[in-house]
Amino acid sequence: MTLPLASTVGPSAYWYLTRSTGTTALILLTLSLVLGVIDVQRYTSPRMPRFVVDGMHRTVSLLAVVFLVVHILTAALDSFASVPLTDAIVPFVGSYRPFWLGLGAASFDLMLAVVITSLVRRRLGYRAWRATHWLAYASWPIALLHTLGTGSDVKSGWMIAISGGCLAAVLFAVVVRVAAGWPRQVGVRGTALGLAVFFAAGVALWLPSGPLGAGWARRSGTPSSLLRPATNKHPG
Amino acid sequence: MSVSAPPATLPRLLAGMSGDGPLPLSRHLEIHGSLPAFARRRGDSALALVNELERSGLRGRGGAGFPTATKVTAVAAARGRAIVVANGCEGEPASLKDRLLLERVPHLVIDGALVAAHAVEATDVLLAVDESATRAVRAVDRALGELTRGGPHVQLVTVPAGYVTGQESAVLNSLAGGPPKPMAMAAPIYRRGLRGRPTLVSNVETLAHIALIARHGGAWFRALGAPGAPGSTLVTVGGAVAYPGVFEIETGTTVASLVEAAGGATAEVRAFLIGGYAGTWVPADLGYQLALSPEGLYEAGASLGSGVVFALPSSACAATEIAFIARWLSGQSAGQCGPCVHGLDAVATALEQVRGGAAGEGALARIGRWAALANGRGACTHPDGAARFVTSALDVFAAELADHARRGTCSACAQRHLLPTPTAPARRAA
Amino acid sequence: MSRLRINWIACEAHGMCAELLPERITLDDWGYPIIDERPIPPELEAHARRAAEACPTFALVLERAEARRR
Repeated sequence: MTLPLASTVGPSAYWYLTRSTGTTALILLTLSLVLGVIDVQRYTSPRMPRFVVDGMHRTVSLLAVVFLVVHILTAALDSFASVPLTDAIVPFVGSYRPFWLGLGAASFDLMLAVVITSLVRRRLGYRAWRATHWLAYASWPIALLHTLGTGSDVKSGWMIAISGGCLAAVLFAVVVRVAAGWPRQVGVRGTALGLAVFFAAGVALWLPSGPLGAGWARRSGTPSSLLRPATNKHPG
Repeated sequence: MSVSAPPATLPRLLAGMSGDGPLPLSRHLEIHGSLPAFARRRGDSALALVNELERSGLRGRGGAGFPTATKVTAVAAARGRAIVVANGCEGEPASLKDRLLLERVPHLVIDGALVAAHAVEATDVLLAVDESATRAVRAVDRALGELTRGGPHVQLVTVPAGYVTGQESAVLNSLAGGPPKPMAMAAPIYRRGLRGRPTLVSNVETLAHIALIARHGGAWFRALGAPGAPGSTLVTVGGAVAYPGVFEIETGTTVASLVEAAGGATAEVRAFLIGGYAGTWVPADLGYQLALSPEGLYEAGASLGSGVVFALPSSACAATEIAFIARWLSGQSAGQCGPCVHGLDAVATALEQVRGGAAGEGALARIGRWAALANGRGACTHPDGAARFVTSALDVFAAELADHARRGTCSACAQRHLLPTPTAPARRAA
Repeated sequence: MSRLRINWIACEAHGMCAELLPERITLDDWGYPIIDERPIPPELEAHARRAAEACPTFALVLERAEARRR
């Protein structure tokens, strides 16, 4: 059911909401990851005691989930792209840019695993909780690819700046973590660092010919009924 | 009643021991008689047995000295099928008594374990022995082979060697297939121990005493020894004595009598170490007069512990001995608890620096502070014991340590250390 | 009244407990907690519970003291 805010042609309020909450969620997730690294690196100062960093990490993570829920609900409510609610949790089954949207669902699933295990961590036990928490490192890059592949604002300068900033922040956090000697085995550490750098370089190289290139809407799997003929502009 | 008359004096545990290896079952029964019928049946015979234990006043001989009757009652009262674990893991390098019992009188230990099993209605008995104590393992294995069937299932299990591996929860950890390290127990062992069942963990010497109490009664047991903690006990005498080794004494015997029994001191004694490496140093003049019982040792801040009495001669370099053992104790940490890992290492490093004269100002005070910090802040009592060892050494050897801090190594430093470790076992003092 | 207890094997010296209950917990030379063994009075109870909940490894436990019986 759509509210009268929508019109059959042109963007609805939901369209704007889903994009803005999605972008905010990306920023919050980035912040959560950076805070998580600050937390585990045991950085402390009189103004930022450890319990504050820890508390902020938890709060920002929950806030990110809230924004994501709004992002998903508004995407489902918006009439343009017909993204049913299930597409948010079951990846790759939708009709709108199935792969790129599906990445969002995959990332959200991983995030739910991290958040839910954290909420019941006492019952889970420390070791099991720690192991599942590492999924956060997998969830973030998938979220970024979803943003770049699905997001309709990707070509705007501000979106590139935000994405670039988030990527730089996460890369920096990973470098700090690895440099501090985690994971313990040197081989795994090298692999982690390599993957992170590889990912960042890969995204940078892919962008011009990918989302920033011509005809991305069609190439990424937007249903042809939604594509505007003869131009490359997508709605909004 | 038993077949043979109860021994009026010592030896009790070490009766009939010869130089030829373990006492076979027949000889064991000749000397001690068979277990009386009441100890072989369950039900109120279990209660009768506990009463005898209470009457005897027997305390554990593994180092903690906990009243045995209380422990047995707690396990018997707990819900579930009990398990008896005979702890023969003698991690204390200066102690030889548990090994001796297992090598020479294994049937006495097995008897005790079976009696304890009846008292708590246990269906399983596990004999945990150091895997490096090959003679003991062989003797116990042979002894088990001599037993007739029936009764609880008795099993010999070898466990990795090590200092903390003999700690109660560490033994259970090994028996459960885990690493030989102490565990943080959610519930007490007598309620939920091995496999979640009530477990009676008892030192092999304690069990040997139980075997005799079952035959001769609690009153007989307390006919010897000090009133508060009666009976006989095994001590390992080492250092500057003519005949170092294991002796069975009445509790309350003085150190002086013990040294005499060990052939007398071979050199002027500077200090005694009472209780092993988790024990206490005592200066010689005070040490000689000490009665080896809980009350007798309490005044000196000591306890019998694993039954070690080591005489350190004046010719030895105290700083070297203390630093060496402190480093060894640090290395023996299971490595699970921060205060133990860091504290014991800091203490050992500082003591080595003091010995070499490379320590800074106030090093001895720092060592004392670190030792006090390590006390009570670990999952087991290893840091507590190491703290006691070091703190008493700082007190007794204050002069020698201050001297070393000022002037560095002394003429005696080059001598090989006297206090034994598994890789550098005991030898006679010069 | 309640008491604080530490599982030393689980403790990894994060130190959040000392930040949240400085009245009863200080840190040693290596960042491990030194617990003041006295029972926790009612006015510190909420802080003690928060300190125990903040421990990342669940090493700090707030234990209810045994109820006294006649």
